[in-house]
Amino acid sequence: MPTLSSSALIAELEASGLLGRGGAGFPVGRKWRAVAERAGGGAVVLANGAEGEPLSLKDRSLMAARPHLVIDGALLAARAVGANDIIFYVGSEHRTAEAALRRALAERPGDVRGRARIVAAPAGYVAGEESAAVHYVNAGDARPTTTPPRPFERGVGGRPTLVQNVESLALAALIARRGHAWYQGLGHGRARGIGLLTVSGAVNHAGVHEVELGSTLSDAAAAAGGLNGDVGAVLLGGYFGGWADLHEQWGLPLDAPSMRARGLALGCGVVHFLPSDTCGVEATSRVMTYLASQSARQCGPCVFGLSAIAGATQRLAAQSPQPGDLDRLVRWSGQVTGRGACHHPDGAAALMNSALQVFADDFAGHQHRRCLTIAEPARVAVA
Amino acid sequence: MAEILQIDRIRCNGHGLCAELLPELISLDDWGYPIIKPGNVPPSVVEHARRAVDACPVLALRLARTAALVAL
Repeated sequence: MPTLSSSALIAELEASGLLGRGGAGFPVGRKWRAVAERAGGGAVVLANGAEGEPLSLKDRSLMAARPHLVIDGALLAARAVGANDIIFYVGSEHRTAEAALRRALAERPGDVRGRARIVAAPAGYVAGEESAAVHYVNAGDARPTTTPPRPFERGVGGRPTLVQNVESLALAALIARRGHAWYQGLGHGRARGIGLLTVSGAVNHAGVHEVELGSTLSDAAAAAGGLNGDVGAVLLGGYFGGWADLHEQWGLPLDAPSMRARGLALGCGVVHFLPSDTCGVEATSRVMTYLASQSARQCGPCVFGLSAIAGATQRLAAQSPQPGDLDRLVRWSGQVTGRGACHHPDGAAALMNSALQVFADDFAGHQHRRCLTIAEPARVAVA
Repeated sequence: MAEILQIDRIRCNGHGLCAELLPELISLDDWGYPIIKPGNVPPSVVEHARRAVDACPVLALRLARTAALVAL
C-alpha cells in the first residue's frame, strides 16, 4: 500500500474526480476532507457494504472477490481522515462477502486487526442509509436519525465518521496506488473512471460487470451478453433511480453527471432491462410495494404516503382502480418529496414519477381497466 | 436576521395545530402532516410562526436562523 501523507491522499482523490458509489454520487475527496478537517485524529471509518438495494449485487461481489482491496481502501481512508477505528458494515445476508472479509482481515497484521471490526447490518432497504448505519453501530437501531448533525460531524461514538461505500473505498485504494492520472485516463466521452454495474432482466448473462464510465446503455447490455428478447424500458440506478425508455436512451452514457443532466440517476449502478411482455404498471407496483414496506415508519409522510402510493399502484396493476387513482398518484408523489428525515420518500417518489412518464399510456390504460401489454386477456370459452 | 421553519419529521405526529395557527406558510397533506412553504418566514408573520412553534405538542417545529444552515 502506498505511503502518501493524509493531505497528499486527499489531493489525489480530489484530482481523480472519483464520485461515491453508494447511490448519491458525492465527490469522495471532498467527503474525506470534510471529516479530516473536523476529526483532529479521533474519526471513525465506516465501510458501508450493507447493500440493501434488491437489484444490486456489486458490493457483496466486490467484498467476496477482492476483500483486501476494500480493506486497503478503508485503511487509506483511516489514515487520510485521522481515524483509528474501522467498521466494516456488511449486510447480514451477504454471508460469502462477510466470510471473505473476515478471512482477509485475519491475514493482516495485529495492529490492523485490532482497529477493525465487522458489524452485521440488519436486512432492510434503509439500514444502509448513512445515519441509519451510524445509529445501528451506536444503539442497535438501524433507522435513520434526524440530521443535522450528519455522520461527518457527529457519528459513531459521537465522533466525526466517514461513511463510505465499499466500492468507493476499493477505487480509492486503486487511485492511491496508481495515481489520479490513471483514473482520469479511463472513461468514454467526458466521463472519467470506471465503475461496477449490476445488470439484470432481459439479458443473457445477468450479473456484475465493470465498465468504463461513459459506456452506453447499449455497451452495458453487450457486457451482459446482449438482450435476450424485446425490451421497452429499463430501470436505472435501482429502486431509488428511475425508469427510462430504452429506445430513447440506448446511447445514454452511464455516468452520474451525464445522467443527472437528463433527469436520470446512475445511483448504485443498477441496470435492469424490463422484457416488453412485462407490464410496466405491474413492475412499478411491485417496486412501490417493496419501498412502502421498507419505510422505517418514523415520519408520517413516508409511512402514510408510500403506503397510499403502493395501494393505488396495486389497484391500477390489478385493473381495478378507484376513480381518480391515477390523479392521486401524481399528487401524492409530489407531496411526499423532501418530507422525511432521510431520502427514502424522495427516492420512492422519483421512481413513481419516472414510471408515470415512461409508462404514461399503460397507467392511463389501467385506469380504464385495460392493460396494453397483455392487450387481449385470455377469454374463457362459455359453452 | 432571516428565519426559516424547520420540522423534525421523526417527532412530528401530525397534530396539525401549526397549520391552523400559520395557514400563510403551512398546509396539511392528505394525511394531516404539515407541508411548509419554502423560503424565509416573512417579517409580517414571524409572530404567528413563533406562536405555531410554541403550540406544537411534540416540539417538532422550530424557527432557525438561515445563517445556521450555511454549514449544511
